[in-house]
Amino acid sequence: MKARAEALPTQEMLINMGPQHPSTHGVLRVILRTDGEVVVNARPDVGYLHRALEKIGERVTYAQYMPFTDRLDYLAAMNCNAAWAWTVEKLAGIEVPERAEYIRVIVSELNRIASHLIAFGSFTADMGAFTPFLYAIRERERINDLFEDICGNRLTYNYVRIGGVSADLPDRFLEKTKEFLDYFEPKVPEYNNLISYNKIFVHRLANVAAVTPEDAVGYGLTGPNLRGSGVPFDLRKNEPYSVYPEFDFDVCVGTGERGTLGDCFDRYMVRINEMKESVRIVRQAIEQIPEGPVMAKVPRMFKPPVGEVYFRAENPRGETGIYLISDGTVNPYRLKIRAPSFVTMGIFEKITKGLMIADVVAVIGSFDIILPEIDR
Amino acid sequence: MEPKEIFEKVTEKFGGKAVELQEEGFRPAFVVVSPESVREIALFLRDDPALKFDSLMCLSGVDYKDRFAVTYHLHSLSVGHQIGVKTYLPREAPSLPSVDMVWPAANFQEREAFDLYGIVFEGSWDLRRILLPEDWEGHPLRKDYKYPEFYNGIKV
Amino acid sequence: MMESLAISLVDALPVLSGVPLWTITLLVMVMVAAVVLTFALTYSGLATYVERKVAGDIQARVGPNRVGPVGILQFLADGIKLLLKEDIIPAKADRFLFVLAPYLVFIGSFAAFVVVPFGVGLIASDLNIGIYYLMAITSLVVVGVMLAGWSSNNKWALLGGMRAAAQIVSYEIPVGMALLPAVLIAGSLSLQDIVRSQGGLFGIFGWNLFHNPFTFLSFFLYYVAALAETNRTPFDIPEAESELVSGYHVEYSGIRFAFFFLAEYGDMFVVSALATACFLGGWHVPFLDAEALPALWGNLLSLGVFLGKTLSLVVLMMWIRWTLPRLRVDQLMRMAWKYLVPLTFVNLLGVSLWLLLFHGEGIPRMIASLFG
Repeated sequence: MKARAEALPTQEMLINMGPQHPSTHGVLRVILRTDGEVVVNARPDVGYLHRALEKIGERVTYAQYMPFTDRLDYLAAMNCNAAWAWTVEKLAGIEVPERAEYIRVIVSELNRIASHLIAFGSFTADMGAFTPFLYAIRERERINDLFEDICGNRLTYNYVRIGGVSADLPDRFLEKTKEFLDYFEPKVPEYNNLISYNKIFVHRLANVAAVTPEDAVGYGLTGPNLRGSGVPFDLRKNEPYSVYPEFDFDVCVGTGERGTLGDCFDRYMVRINEMKESVRIVRQAIEQIPEGPVMAKVPRMFKPPVGEVYFRAENPRGETGIYLISDGTVNPYRLKIRAPSFVTMGIFEKITKGLMIADVVAVIGSFDIILPEIDR
Repeated sequence: MEPKEIFEKVTEKFGGKAVELQEEGFRPAFVVVSPESVREIALFLRDDPALKFDSLMCLSGVDYKDRFAVTYHLHSLSVGHQIGVKTYLPREAPSLPSVDMVWPAANFQEREAFDLYGIVFEGSWDLRRILLPEDWEGHPLRKDYKYPEFYNGIKV
Repeated sequence: MMESLAISLVDALPVLSGVPLWTITLLVMVMVAAVVLTFALTYSGLATYVERKVAGDIQARVGPNRVGPVGILQFLADGIKLLLKEDIIPAKADRFLFVLAPYLVFIGSFAAFVVVPFGVGLIASDLNIGIYYLMAITSLVVVGVMLAGWSSNNKWALLGGMRAAAQIVSYEIPVGMALLPAVLIAGSLSLQDIVRSQGGLFGIFGWNLFHNPFTFLSFFLYYVAALAETNRTPFDIPEAESELVSGYHVEYSGIRFAFFFLAEYGDMFVVSALATACFLGGWHVPFLDAEALPALWGNLLSLGVFLGKTLSLVVLMMWIRWTLPRLRVDQLMRMAWKYLVPLTFVNLLGVSLWLLLFHGEGIPRMIASLFG
């Protein structure tokens, strides 16, 4: 019987999971060759959102480039802003006042919570449970309200400046943040009760696309994707920058609790746990924030010294690295952004071999990629 | 390990192929190597027990006005040190061996360097344009790039 | 029943005595069909509104509230919008099959309303093969779905159509097996007979649900298998919005899409009605004997009770949809073939043995006979 089944000619189907698709988190095109429901080859085709951000960087000044970093990963805009600021400050050796660093950490961690909420919401929506997405958005609206108080914007903040932040915290911001944290902290166990350990959800994700730790490191996975494979590497702990050494928090690592180590469920749980840790960090930052100025003295036409610097920050999606070459003029000479989602897509073709089409959607969601970052 | 020690180790093994160490004003420091030796030096850097650079943080092409360069930023998860590796390439027909069998993360970033600079990575298992359309002409990040008038008949 | 209605109509209106009986019967049939269809369509429209309100409640938001009081006319607005949309048929699609598919799905779904026992004497046609007919006519949906998937000339639609066909056909077996206990207890395939067999004992304890442990299990097995039949989450892989971009009805627009949509809600009602009729006592009013009540009161009360039970099961389906994630297609098929089919078989065996051992008596009746 088996020989008869193998002798039947079956055609491979070439399906285009086109640029417009509800669950590819942006304009990502995946060219699927499937044998029935099983994927033979899934090639990602990126570049639909290429806006030449690196070339633009060579034309504008350092301060003018800040709004462009917002559009890099718009769900973690504060983190990208801060990464750019830290890179230039590392190059030019600028001392940032301590209050500004604390503010940067507070907004970065709040933005990490917001970004992980969207990752959690859209991932469960891809899996078919539409409701958690709305709960996540409801929480994120409150974070957006906080950011609106700070800088007036709800998505692309342009708040961090080279040398500090653009404005001090408004009245009662710290109390409102504390209220939000008190409101949000019981929500994460609530989400776990509602969906994380739901039998159907676990069955969809356990043992799907398991990435071994060696593969994760070799393919350049970073952030929650790397930690989901069991590698306890977090830039905030291993190569601390800014005021992160002052805080006490745990690194969330995947444990293979419901399947293989490094499968989609592990990556998902790492993000859920990271939200809890971010709440801890913000609480400590609110306690410890000192008074003082929020902006260092940086000349208007800022000319850093000649040199090359590479700085990386822990963004919600991985490590955002910026390689900056300066030739002493007001414009950067070369600006290369190492976007975490771009490097993560490198493993996509390998990891989706032999999965079913529904699993391809799970993989895209569990890697938490975002297209503007990939395409820059 | 300090960049000087890493540079010495590489020179020990590969002699003249490691050209110089760029330290002042470069964070992390760069070990400049000759283009043909990139792959073997990469293998050495990854596998040597004292160095163990198992993570490629960033691979980028650079256009210094008189020549191209490809820079690799490496990091070791076990030991914790960082180093940069740089090779200089001539402007016409820049090409060098690919390192995607050393660090698979290199593939997408090499494709990007090829796409935006025209640097050819020999031996790469997949070298196609990644960010720009397949039939785009020219390599935009070069300093002497002229924006095209038309693309497939559409005024750009 | 149509004949008797025709005869009573002729008696009531002597002016019709000249017309041959078969014409009047035909007219009565058409009127009854029109009534049932109107009910079915109104129900489907309102069900879309209720679904959106239930979804809003579960998702911490309001749902439609603009059109009409509390937004209740939303379904009319949606219907008019869909009617006014451009009717797009893809260029390379198989025109005839493309147009035919929604009608097949619609017929498969709404023709089942004919045997639904709405109340005492309120059934469009009390076929003596009621359940058999229901199972057969709802299978027409498979044909429609496959045609839709194939004729759209779209790989995503094809995938959706194939998945849907596999799913519906696989779950037909547990559905049938889970319904058989009710048939065995009543000794008849006619739905009114099945409902009547659940009478007495305060109108609640006569339900087949409490008859014996196996029928208790049957109800849940039937409900789960029926959820899969109607392509509802967690079994909505054929129309998975986020994966297959609407699956087999991706190329449909306007009123054709509305047909698929309405047919889904119609299916939900039929399936819930069947569950009510077979397991939850149908139109039996608690604490009253519906058949003994005066004609109009008996009809209305039993209709109200039946609709109440059925619609709560429908709302339960909606609740489940907005709570649970979706099963992958191989997990879905595994659940049908490895879990539901053996379970329903064993269940059927259990019911048969019980009926043999206890001469068809259920637990409540045995307890009642102890008290005399």
